Amino acid sequence: MLLSSTNRTAPVGAQRSRISNRARGSGSSPLLLAIFLILVVAATTFIFVARLYPAPPPISRDAVLVDRQYNLTLYVTGVVFLLAQLSLAYVVVRFRDRGQKARFVRGNVGLEILWTSLTLFVFVALGVLGRQAWADVRFTPPASGAIRVEGTTSQFVYAFRYPGKDGKFGRLDPRFVNAPAGNPLGIDPSDPAGRDDVVVSELIVPAERPVELLLRSEDVVHNFFVRELRLQQDAMPGLVIPVRFTADHIGDYEIVCTQLCGLGHYKMHSLLRVVSQSEFEAFLNRQATAP
Amino acid sequence: MSSNPSASSAVEARSGARPGIFRRYVFSTDHKIIGLQYFFLSLAAVTIGVFLSLGMRFHLVWPAARLPFVTGGIMTPEQYLALVTMHGTIMVFFVLTTAPQSAFGNYLLPLQIGARDMAFPRLNMLSFWLTLVAFLVTLSAFLVPGGAPISGWTAYPPLSGMGEITGPGEGAGQSLWIAGILIFCVGSLLGSINFISTTIDLRAPGMTLTRLPLTVWAWFVTAILSLLAFAVLFAGGILLALDRVAGTSFFLPAGLVVSGELQMHGGGSPLLWQHLFWFFGHPEVYIAILPGMGVVSHILANFSRKPVFGYRAMVLALCAIGLLGFLVWGHHMFVSGMNPYSSLTFSILTLSIGVPSAVKTFNWLGTLWGGKLQFQTPMLFALGFISFFVTGGLSGIFLAQPALDTSLHATYYVVAHFHIVMGVAAIFGIFAATYYWFPKMFGRKMNKTLGQLHFWLTFAGVYAIFMPMHFVGIAGGIRRYADASGASYLVSLQPLHVFMTIAAFITAAAQLAFFYNFFWSLRQGEPASANPWDATSLEWATASPPPSDNFAGQFPRVYRAPYEYSLPAAPQDFFPQHLPSEQDAPSSKGRSC
Repeated sequence: MLLSSTNRTAPVGAQRSRISNRARGSGSSPLLLAIFLILVVAATTFIFVARLYPAPPPISRDAVLVDRQYNLTLYVTGVVFLLAQLSLAYVVVRFRDRGQKARFVRGNVGLEILWTSLTLFVFVALGVLGRQAWADVRFTPPASGAIRVEGTTSQFVYAFRYPGKDGKFGRLDPRFVNAPAGNPLGIDPSDPAGRDDVVVSELIVPAERPVELLLRSEDVVHNFFVRELRLQQDAMPGLVIPVRFTADHIGDYEIVCTQLCGLGHYKMHSLLRVVSQSEFEAFLNRQATAP
Repeated sequence: MSSNPSASSAVEARSGARPGIFRRYVFSTDHKIIGLQYFFLSLAAVTIGVFLSLGMRFHLVWPAARLPFVTGGIMTPEQYLALVTMHGTIMVFFVLTTAPQSAFGNYLLPLQIGARDMAFPRLNMLSFWLTLVAFLVTLSAFLVPGGAPISGWTAYPPLSGMGEITGPGEGAGQSLWIAGILIFCVGSLLGSINFISTTIDLRAPGMTLTRLPLTVWAWFVTAILSLLAFAVLFAGGILLALDRVAGTSFFLPAGLVVSGELQMHGGGSPLLWQHLFWFFGHPEVYIAILPGMGVVSHILANFSRKPVFGYRAMVLALCAIGLLGFLVWGHHMFVSGMNPYSSLTFSILTLSIGVPSAVKTFNWLGTLWGGKLQFQTPMLFALGFISFFVTGGLSGIFLAQPALDTSLHATYYVVAHFHIVMGVAAIFGIFAATYYWFPKMFGRKMNKTLGQLHFWLTFAGVYAIFMPMHFVGIAGGIRRYADASGASYLVSLQPLHVFMTIAAFITAAAQLAFFYNFFWSLRQGEPASANPWDATSLEWATASPPPSDNFAGQFPRVYRAPYEYSLPAAPQDFFPQHLPSEQDAPSSKGRSC
């Protein structure tokens, strides 16, 4: 149907006359494009430089390392972004059709080798430098005095368990999970280690003490994200994933879920409360004496 | 070309008569008709996809507003997530996979290599019809009780693996979604076999591999990617369906307690799905973008009146991107709990993809350099593609590093990154291709003024939508959140969301210029000659539109490289591939065989 509406029978030779009449001139397009690209570059650079929408200040040494790598990457990619967009702007203006003859060039092997090796060097160097910020968090074994907390996620809540005075977590068995009866994690009642376990809905840790958070999930994939720690980790059903951090600044920080977990995903939320050592001990004592 | 097996139009060959309208335009085996069918399918899909995204953008800013198309009036969180899932699914599968590869590849690949049709025309027809059925099955998820699935286009189990106990839409809706994707996989697999066979076997005499237009190289590499990637998604999809309906536990570990109920599963791993899905999902990104790269190279040469700079480097870069694309899926899983040592390997490999990508960008600039640039509408969209490709590629350098990904993962930064580099850049490739080959497909040109209007509004609009989105992500704005009530800091990002939503509505409205131009030009456009852009490749050696056997029985022979523009000794500034010598340069005739 569509094809039948078109001019099938146009004589092929008739094209030549039209080519010379065709709009060869570039009009205002190249200039407009150049101005536009410059505006995009300027606006983006301004927002980054003026730090209009920054990430919140980091609260751990590891987060500082992450920020350092972030800034390095920002400088490198920023320069490339600037150069690439501005070269595009330059080229479209400089080589717009003004009746000149195009230069016949097929390529340049020397240039190809140069820019291939240059980009390979820059990108791989960035990757190698970025290794440290990752390795510090993920490869280092927990410090000997680390506070161990277990974080359990389920649709759409966080639960944090402290081992109590005995320093041991009670055994979990999903058959005993019963949130209305006060056992949301399924702590086995026959295990004495579980009797003094403390389960709360917010993560409370003392400042400047290493923490090992053992993340697990009861149902679907969830996530533990604290912006100020620059730390995000999925809670994967079937796995217990250790996350290590040391928060240096006292304060309350939001924990959010970033892994799509169902209709309440956007409400899944908790708090990381970084408190002083004495406050932390007071919290544990208070919980231990609670009925 | 006598050696070209005339496998197409078996009916036509047997009866000697022209097939009826139904056979010609509906159940056609002609690659051009099938290409157009794919094109109109993706046009329908992109329209739906854009409306879904407008629904989301509206809800993010005015969550309490009453909406006309929403059951219950005010959008619920699960309805929002259904839009998220279906927008992603429709755009990735039925637009970004379908339009650049299946639509334009089908229409143009046989023409550009001088073939009569695809190698397996009836298989080609089957591919299209499977894709159409897949589309309808996927869409039907909206109509069942519970609605469309809420697990996103990535459908991570256990959320997607246990039925409606995990949430609305996870019952029948999720099952239909999986069925749709499985059917789509089969269509894509058959299509890719066709593309590969056609490119290898049906090239015209003289059409050596180094004389293939870069578009053909791009479609060829993409077809290999599709073959390997969709096969894995198909397997993954079958396993997920079995977990849901047959009580298996491929992706479900023991001891899951959902809504207080202990589930009778055990022994599976949700990480396995993520590996299978992203083993498909990352190459899928390149399935969407590689054809666009081919199209952009092709168009830049044409409107710069210069050969593509570094043709061989461009081919090698395409192949390198294709190969590396299979080795980097783990960068989607840095925070998943995968072994942290493997993250470093995936990180370095991912950053390495920046190298062939940079090579492509440098060569595009090299093609423009010293040229005689003509700013026709396709050229503008090709230049826009380069700008987006640079912007979206560079934001990927952050995400490729696991240490940085731990604060950017699943934020709007990621949404901005992939929309610019795989969404909009690929769409700009599609627009460039549409404006460029419209005259070949329909024998008329699209209107230039409307085309320019469309370009400027869309180019500016896209930057207005997606540049601020990076900053929302850097500040910690989480994607797939139905509204900003979940965390107190999210409220401070709302002004940016308002800006992006307004930009999205304006940009979407600007697409009316395209639709009007497209349908108006079908009937009213300026008639186009066989070769309206003074181009060199074989599709311009035949009439516009081409006859049903493509070259009216006179199949071309190929004498030279694909982009011979501004040859110093030639009388014209273009030298078509099918012309034998300088004496027969295009001034004497526009079509030669």
